[in-house]
Amino acid sequence: MDLTLKIWRQKDAKSTGKMVTYPISGIEGHMSFLEMMDILNDELIEKGEEPVAFDHDCREGICGMCSMFINGEAHGPDRKVTTCQLHMRMFEDGETIHIEPFRANAFPVLKDLMIDRSSFDRIQQSGGYISVNTSGNTQDANALPIPKKDADLAMDAATCIGCGACVATCKNSSAMLFVSAKVSQYALLPQGQVEAKDRVLNMVNQMDVEGFGSCTNTGACEVECPKGISIENIARMNRELMKATV
Amino acid sequence: MSTLDSKVPEGPIKDKWTTYKDNINLVNPANKRKIDIIVIGTGLAGGSAAATLAEQGYNVKAFCYQDSPRRAHSIAAQGGINAAKNYQGDGDSNYRLFYDTVKGGDYRSREANVYRLAEVSANIIDQCVAQGVPFARDYGGLLDNRSFGGVLVSRTFYAKGQTGQQLLLGAYSAMNRQIARGKIEMYNRHEMLDVVKVDGKARGIIARNLITGELERHSAHAVVIASGGYGNVYFLSTNAMGSNVTAAWKTHKKGAYFANPCFTQIHPTCIPRSGDYQSKLTLMSESLRNDGRIWVPKNLEDAVAIQEGKKKPTELSEDERDYYLERRYPAFGNLVPRDVASRAAKERCDAGFGVNKTGEAVYLDFKSAIERYGKEQAKIHNEENASSARIYELGKGIVEAKYGNLFQMYEKIVDENPYKTPMMIYPATHYTMGGLWVDYNLMTNIEGCYAIGEANFSDHGANRLGASALMQGLADGYFVLPYTIGDYLSNDIRTGEIATDTSEFSEAENSVKEILEKLVNTNGTKPVDYFHKKLGKIMWDKVGMSRNATGLKEAIAEIQELRADFWKDVRVPGGINEVNRELEKAGRVADFLELGELFAKDALVREESCGGHFREESVEIDGEQKGEAKRDDVNYKFVSAWEYKGVPSDAQLHKEQLIYENIELKQRSYK
Amino acid sequence: MSQSKFTTIGRKVLMALSGFFLMFFLLQHLTINMLSVVDPDSFNSVSHFMGYNPVIQFLMQPILIFAVVFHFVMGMYLEYKNNKARSVKYAYNKPGTNSNWMSRNMIYSGLVVLAFLGLHFYDFWIPEMDFKYISGHEEEPTRYLVELNHKFQNPIKVGLYVLAFIALALHLLHGFQSSFQSVGFNNNKYTPTIKKLGNIFAIVVPALFAFVAIYHFLNPLHQ
Repeated sequence: MDLTLKIWRQKDAKSTGKMVTYPISGIEGHMSFLEMMDILNDELIEKGEEPVAFDHDCREGICGMCSMFINGEAHGPDRKVTTCQLHMRMFEDGETIHIEPFRANAFPVLKDLMIDRSSFDRIQQSGGYISVNTSGNTQDANALPIPKKDADLAMDAATCIGCGACVATCKNSSAMLFVSAKVSQYALLPQGQVEAKDRVLNMVNQMDVEGFGSCTNTGACEVECPKGISIENIARMNRELMKATV
Repeated sequence: MSTLDSKVPEGPIKDKWTTYKDNINLVNPANKRKIDIIVIGTGLAGGSAAATLAEQGYNVKAFCYQDSPRRAHSIAAQGGINAAKNYQGDGDSNYRLFYDTVKGGDYRSREANVYRLAEVSANIIDQCVAQGVPFARDYGGLLDNRSFGGVLVSRTFYAKGQTGQQLLLGAYSAMNRQIARGKIEMYNRHEMLDVVKVDGKARGIIARNLITGELERHSAHAVVIASGGYGNVYFLSTNAMGSNVTAAWKTHKKGAYFANPCFTQIHPTCIPRSGDYQSKLTLMSESLRNDGRIWVPKNLEDAVAIQEGKKKPTELSEDERDYYLERRYPAFGNLVPRDVASRAAKERCDAGFGVNKTGEAVYLDFKSAIERYGKEQAKIHNEENASSARIYELGKGIVEAKYGNLFQMYEKIVDENPYKTPMMIYPATHYTMGGLWVDYNLMTNIEGCYAIGEANFSDHGANRLGASALMQGLADGYFVLPYTIGDYLSNDIRTGEIATDTSEFSEAENSVKEILEKLVNTNGTKPVDYFHKKLGKIMWDKVGMSRNATGLKEAIAEIQELRADFWKDVRVPGGINEVNRELEKAGRVADFLELGELFAKDALVREESCGGHFREESVEIDGEQKGEAKRDDVNYKFVSAWEYKGVPSDAQLHKEQLIYENIELKQRSYK
Repeated sequence: MSQSKFTTIGRKVLMALSGFFLMFFLLQHLTINMLSVVDPDSFNSVSHFMGYNPVIQFLMQPILIFAVVFHFVMGMYLEYKNNKARSVKYAYNKPGTNSNWMSRNMIYSGLVVLAFLGLHFYDFWIPEMDFKYISGHEEEPTRYLVELNHKFQNPIKVGLYVLAFIALALHLLHGFQSSFQSVGFNNNKYTPTIKKLGNIFAIVVPALFAFVAIYHFLNPLHQ
């Protein structure tokens, strides 16, 4: 199929960018979206132009590195996939595809479609852990039974890949789904109880410091989340925060 | 150094590690504050090592090329992690895990290292649970286990199909705690481009900031390489796009021996390639082989018709199908180890029986499983006269519950419903057992330079068992290196900070700069991927699942030629001092082009078939095992450790003879 | 680590709590309005009670005004902050694929309701304050129904009221269930019910308000 790509090009973090149009042809439905981008880049290189910089790594939907806003949606029109798992069969011959970086002030653009998500790391550093040293003398893993239901819910929350689609999608650039996934994972496990109060206060505080917007419960994040993380986690975090504050 | 000293402690194997720990030198807490350690890579091995060393009080500088340590490719491991916990009471023990690992590795790993791995495996689970890793649990709230990779016990712990992700996020959280305390300085989007040696000891690195392009000097008292494996030498693999050999290869070029490069694991159940544009292969969990039956058409005409899209697999009757694994290996059937399954698929496809348009795919069929489970369910629900549609529906439910997420992933990629038409699979490069040579302390032969996780060679011999990679990465990082490195660093408490304004650092930086400049100034005609794909094809065709002397010699010549062509004709647009993804790729491919040659050379020297390394010349001539791999313990029971001598073709071989005192060597049989 | 007094979540919780209060107030207001249709005598006496009871007048009324002011000031503040969190907007965006119009446009439905409140105050509250406290008229326990009825003889006004109730309905369609989510009430068992209840509330309450306005327009009282 033949397509028209409109891609955000930005030289570096300081420059202002703009949308640039590239025609591309000979694309097959079985190609992944990033393979289509590879072809574009090889064509650009052969023409002596600079290829489009974009983040990607595992290309199997788990590392969370790829981050494109495609045709008005984070990770494109398919559901429960990352950009790298999006296939060209989702598009039609002759279609115009708009490709932009995930946008939020807390995710500054570094170049073209590459963004800086270190704000997510800093939120995790503010409390996204359980303080346990590696001694080899930790209590036996089965010493503390955990109800299967809680373990499963914790796992559901823990599947977050930290891609930032929730932020990119949210009209407020809110990071609540991301933060609540981590808070929930630990809130559901007995190991996480000791530091629960400080954790939620610190992580939410850091989230605010980073300049993410606040949640207005539009629910867009859970629709676009490639791992299908539920906004139930946000409600849980709200509860945790109230518990910690009151 | 001409002889390799593995530094394995004396004494019975059961006591070696304990005795060792009791007798090593320690560094007192006040002195640890004066010691810096560099860790390259933040996967399971690097991440866990960085966190633990920082907990102990060392100043850690951790580097990763991704935008966050959480993205290291350990995250993609699906199946699980082994540990000799014996929670299921099925007779598991440290010895059994040790035995299975050595046997699975086809007797080419070092006994003492593997035993230690088995010994600390249980601690890993305790540690991860304490960190909040949400392992799967049964209804009693206790940890669940599954069996894996054809061993006789259930010792694999798992977190859905995302075990690697959960373990990595555990290590990442432990790192975050230390980053917040200021004990780990994290350098994201940095790539190590050389190791710096001062007086023969590893004392620092040169790293490129991938955003500004600046070259940075970082010094430390020890350098830990945890940069993973080199499967991307094949271009197509299940590795991440950025996975590379550069850190290990630069270390090798600075004097560290590279061990067993030809030991590579080709995983049998990956989604096949669909065309030349393909950039990466996706693994499907090995667990699928528990219920799926692998087949190709019996008649060549049918295979051709299917390749041309004129026939559908569902149109073939049972006797028109060749269940070749069940035919060749009646005892293990579809559950033969990874290397055997992979080679058998290749053999059928090479003979023309492949089932997609590239001719490189075989079927993995769940029809019988659905039927079997359906009948079982009908019985359980007392539906005596269930129609075949009802049986199908019941059976599908069970298969969906077990493999639903994998089926869904398959459908997203291939756009075919695997419940209705059989899945297509083909082997793909997955893991590299070879890596930097290390002794019992996990130190390379460069003093103060360590290699852990997939980056070293030590524990998996010639073939890795399922669910053992995660175990080894975490064992090295959490429980082994933090002890062994202390013993070495106890001599460094008076050294003080290592200066970076020395000639050693300048020289290293200059040589790195030279290479980068050469790459951006070559101004040839072809993009980096052109060379990478070509290299991949040579490797896959001639140094892949099945190798012979002629092919290997050809491969060596072709790689040399390709490498020369690369340096003449590669085009890297953009400059050095900016974000330049092509430049990053070019540097990595340049190293793959050297490693590839050593890889082939190692395969050529090893004239035996063992584990993932299959030499067509070394097969059983007759008897029941006719045509199967033949190991040669008389001549090849050694680790080949290669010393760099200017170019890969001049590399010098050092042999570490393997000694088996606790395990009797046997030829593997799956007939 | 230092804590700011209110986190974004804290603010959202306060938004939700003021929202709950206002929804409760709507119910109470509606009940009295409905009396004007079904039982005019009671309407007069309840209105009189509400107008002259000191607890209502000097405690509840200020609280209500505070809640209203808080709800819209905080709403606008959050909207401003949220808008600022993404200074470069998407060139091409399709928010309709992942969220509904109501949830994204609370500020607009809210502003319409706010404008309506101005009109409503102008119609009822200011004359009432004037009657009681500025002009200082005697109490007239039976004047309410007639006054109410007369206010709704202007078709333009009735039209504006109906429009405002539509905006209110849109606001409530998201606001009702959103308030529960904000205070942390979300689980598999009850959330579907809350959503259904929210939709009923959001449609029935404004519809009945509109009905009362139209009813009086169609049934003029002659005195």
